[in-house]
Amino acid sequence: MKVPFEKLDKAFENRLRLQIMSVLMVNDRYDFNSLKELLDTTDGNLASHLKGLEKEEYIMVYKAFLGRKPNTTYEATEKGKAAFKQHLNALEQLIKQQKTK
Amino acid sequence: MKEKEIEDELVSIRSMMERSSKFISLSGLSGILAGVYALVGAGFIYYFIYVSVPDYYQITENTTPIKGLFYGSNGEIFYAGFDYNLQKILLTAFLVLFASVGTGVFLSARKAKRKEQPIWSSTSRALLFHMATPLLTGGILILILIAHRNYEIAAPAMLIFYGLALISASSYTFSMVKYLGLCEIILGLIAACLPGYGLLFWAIGFGVLHIIYGSMMYFKYDR
Repeated sequence: MKVPFEKLDKAFENRLRLQIMSVLMVNDRYDFNSLKELLDTTDGNLASHLKGLEKEEYIMVYKAFLGRKPNTTYEATEKGKAAFKQHLNALEQLIKQQKTK
Repeated sequence: MKEKEIEDELVSIRSMMERSSKFISLSGLSGILAGVYALVGAGFIYYFIYVSVPDYYQITENTTPIKGLFYGSNGEIFYAGFDYNLQKILLTAFLVLFASVGTGVFLSARKAKRKEQPIWSSTSRALLFHMATPLLTGGILILILIAHRNYEIAAPAMLIFYGLALISASSYTFSMVKYLGLCEIILGLIAACLPGYGLLFWAIGFGVLHIIYGSMMYFKYDR
């Protein structure tokens, strides 16, 4: 049987990106600082992976100001949600195959 | 990709989904304590409504004082106790509220620290907002009703609005909170059918149910 590796989304190869997407699947919006705290990562690391997801058009970025402080929030796009679901399905299939081997 | 890696991947997805959308530091112990405060408060309020009312104040032409838990249905005496001790009753109710909220915040903050989770996160903010909207609406409505001497609606309305607040907040924390909310609403509707028994239902809803629910939470999640 052929292993559907090509169905795994390259954009989610990184663990952090997958986690960001998981958070945005169950929350309408999530802000940068909360994400940073939750994922326990650095500004630069988080920002670069968010940029990556944005480039794929998997997430939308909203920039706003709370008083003087910039407040950036993120939202998963329909395309991103579909890709995430497909990625999960592919992972599931991989597990099933390895169990039957 | 090895099987172990895939499973790790799935575990991390699941944990992120839960931790980002549910506030899991809610303390069970604080539920138990809130129940105890409510029972003590109900004891004081019982005293204010039914016992500590001077005879000249409660005896009117048509009524004779009867002692007992349920004689609230005897309208005159029920109203006499409320009118006479209204400030003390409101003060007791607010003290119970502040003590419960204070204990809840303190113990949840402690639990969050132990679990290394932020207490002030976008999840706890969402939880607070969805809880506060029905709660403040109900609270203000009840104060307005009390100002118009509609005392007997206070207890059922408190139970119903509290239940609605719990249900609206429950998607941001343990699903058990939803069932507590449903119980409070049912209790409030029954209380509304039985005017005069409000204090009894209030004590069951805020006292007994909190103690039961708090102990369930405590044994399931706190330890």
